[in-house]
Amino acid sequence: MHELSIAQSIFENVLKEKKTRNLSNIEKIGLRIGSLSGILPDSLEFSFNALKIDTELADTILEMEIIPLQGYCKKCEQNFAVHDYTFFCPSCQSGQIEIEQGMEMEIAFLEIKD
Amino acid sequence: MKKVIIEKKVLSENDKLAAEIREQLDSRGILCLNFVSSPGSGKTSLLERTLSSMGDRLKIALIAGDVQTENDANRLIAAGGKNVFPLVTGGSCHLDAKMISNILPKINLDDLDLLIIENVGNLVCPASYDLGEDMKVALVSTTEGHDKPLKYPGMFRRSSIMVINKIDLLGTSDFDLAEVKNNARQINANLIFFETSCRTGEGLESWFQWLLEEIKTKKERC
Repeated sequence: MHELSIAQSIFENVLKEKKTRNLSNIEKIGLRIGSLSGILPDSLEFSFNALKIDTELADTILEMEIIPLQGYCKKCEQNFAVHDYTFFCPSCQSGQIEIEQGMEMEIAFLEIKD
Repeated sequence: MKKVIIEKKVLSENDKLAAEIREQLDSRGILCLNFVSSPGSGKTSLLERTLSSMGDRLKIALIAGDVQTENDANRLIAAGGKNVFPLVTGGSCHLDAKMISNILPKINLDDLDLLIIENVGNLVCPASYDLGEDMKVALVSTTEGHDKPLKYPGMFRRSSIMVINKIDLLGTSDFDLAEVKNNARQINANLIFFETSCRTGEGLESWFQWLLEEIKTKKERC
């Protein structure tokens, strides 16, 4: 249950961006959340909605894009989708793989109301 | 409607601090290990054993994270720890890089071989926070389920070492040693395993040897 800490970090980051870029009326925060990032989307949303009450982001909502896990086999030099957290190459069964995507936890964009 | 591209990591502040910690430790050749597990797997017991056996040969500093109480820190001091720093999070389920960098100035880094961080007992939240460590050491004990690596893939994927503790109790529960290793390899084929009992001392010698080797490698690398 560290989603509250993560929501706090999102909150602080967005306020910083808002100030430095001189933005107003942020309608939406676009997040990219990897499926192995350890984040529960519902819990993150709940935490963010609790934090934003009576703040300058009170009307801002979160939009999360969940990024599926993708591995890269160093032996086959090929990308593959990781299913059921089985980190083996489906072609050669090697465990020497790198994670290409699925660990993300980033603020991708902000949507501003005209 | 206007879209502003940000593309910034949510934990970029934490990662920046972690990079600074790593740089400080790397420049002095200090090995840094982040110990993670469920509550009760034996992190403090393994560290007590490590301090009492290696304390004369190595200069070790230890940051003992706990949600509440300084009990672990007191146990580690009693085991001979000379540089033990309690870190009570007061409710937070994980340590973050800011907490570590607040303690770091209190530690004499110019006279140190090994910095150990004992994280809060939790296999979920600490996985997200880089503390500037060289590796995460994950503990599982034989009184837990052998499917633990499958239940917490995020943590075991990010760990380099897996210590299977309480092996003196093997056979008294349904815990399957071969199975836990298979499950762990499914998540991370590069995990290095140790089998230990902090009660009987079984398996600790190979853990100590590995530690000495790693400290040597780190010093040579930096």
